[in-house]
Amino acid sequence: MSDVRTFPQVAPVDPIKPMGKVMAITSGKGGVGKTFVSANLAAALTRRGQRVLVLDADLGLANLDVVLNLYPKTTLHDVFTGKVTIEDAIIKAPGGFSVLLAGSGLVEYSRLTHEMRDDLLGIMESLAPQFDVILLDTGAGISDVVLFAVSLASEILLVATPEPTSLTDAYATIKVLAAQQNRKLIRTIINQTARMGDGRAITLQLQQVLDRFVQNKPGQQIRLVHMGDIPSDPEVRQAVMRRQLLMQNTPGCPAGLALSQIAIKLEESVIAKLA
Amino acid sequence: MTQPQIHTPPCTSVDLSELRLGDALALLGHGDIAHLPNDHAGPRAYVQRIIDGLCEISLRDPLTGLSNRRHFHSVLVREIEHVARSGNSALLLMLDIDHFKKINDQHGHLAGDQVLQAVTRCIASCVRPRDTVARYGGEEFAVILPDCKAGYGDVVAERIRKTLAELSIQVSPVLSLQVTLSIGGAFAPVWVRSTSDLWIESADAQLYRAKAEGRNRVCINHPQTISVSAEEKSLLFGPISTGDPAWIASAIEEPTDNKPMQKGVNHE
Repeated sequence: MSDVRTFPQVAPVDPIKPMGKVMAITSGKGGVGKTFVSANLAAALTRRGQRVLVLDADLGLANLDVVLNLYPKTTLHDVFTGKVTIEDAIIKAPGGFSVLLAGSGLVEYSRLTHEMRDDLLGIMESLAPQFDVILLDTGAGISDVVLFAVSLASEILLVATPEPTSLTDAYATIKVLAAQQNRKLIRTIINQTARMGDGRAITLQLQQVLDRFVQNKPGQQIRLVHMGDIPSDPEVRQAVMRRQLLMQNTPGCPAGLALSQIAIKLEESVIAKLA
Repeated sequence: MTQPQIHTPPCTSVDLSELRLGDALALLGHGDIAHLPNDHAGPRAYVQRIIDGLCEISLRDPLTGLSNRRHFHSVLVREIEHVARSGNSALLLMLDIDHFKKINDQHGHLAGDQVLQAVTRCIASCVRPRDTVARYGGEEFAVILPDCKAGYGDVVAERIRKTLAELSIQVSPVLSLQVTLSIGGAFAPVWVRSTSDLWIESADAQLYRAKAEGRNRVCINHPQTISVSAEEKSLLFGPISTGDPAWIASAIEEPTDNKPMQKGVNHE
């Protein structure tokens, strides 16, 4: 026995009814580009005509506002406290998609309160008809806030990089979601790959270790679906530093093309079926 | 009903056996209310006490004064909803008196009843006021412990078992009995919507385990601990026997029609 990290404990039964149009973007480890992927994937989907809402499901700790260079006057926090309506808090991001930011006020809650959970559910339900897909930009790690946010989603997109720590955390996240939320399918995006094809090999490796160690009932093993690689690309760094969307400035760069490909794949395999 | 309390037989200041249809009609103003029991608080208070009394009767077990099965179920359903949303763990204990039939057979049902009452007092003395203790069936009891951490649940269950095992129950001037409990427990699933039936089933399974392992013991199913072992870690970065090439070709691709895509979660 060496690694003694354990995770919040949840028994394997049906999650709180997840919503059809909701896709959680999660990572396990922070700093792997989860918010970058959320924002640019939203932009790529918007370019393809999808109505997209990105919700800061990290409850104020997400860097969505930083990545998008937004300074919203109203946030989810104001909606919760009754200061504004949801419609007032939804803002248009540069990429043309809609964003609902949590606002720093929510950081005060170290744990989600019941009221907040119900509010969050209610807000998502009321917004669902206006959008083709809602992306939840969840926090890093496997906290109860992240697990809760993911439990609201019918689809999970897991972002990882080839770095060993990222892969270990991604593996742990998958394991927890399989055991605690009875998840059968998780989609992977491998960010910052050195060569095209690396991401596929990494997902395959994860799948093989899962097959060996995560034994659910026969034939019910957790299944990963590789959605694509995003290659290391100097344009990404440029866009991040300028706090601009890659999909707006240089959609034709290698990372931009990869994101477009992932958007197409998501559209075909997920959004079309959720509609 | 608000927070259920454990107390011995329901105390109601209205004798329900005196409740008559005529009284109710009188209270409705269709008759003479002069003969109603003299109650300085007036007829409304009288009716309220009758209703309270009826609630007590419908929710409590007459012999032990504990919650009956009906009340137990309503508390359980509410608690599992609460757990699903709060993430606070809750424990359900199912407790069964070992070899209770023998007591009835050898010493009579009155002795049996006294044992049931003694066990009731014993369980009630070991739990928090907010916990719900119920008589689930003949000699089977149940306790719902909201906001119960794993370690605390073990301690409480063991305390109940030990306290009863050391207790001498005086059933007559010349006879005292000793009984033991088998206790099974299960934690409610957190963050997920489950059902009260699944929860009971899971606690019952632990009770059967306690019986099978020799009685007078506690078995609680602890939520599985998820961790990543060194072996798993090493395999994440090491070579893996890749196996069947056909499998590799289809792995990590979008599931096809013969393997229907599951939208994240099963809801059966």
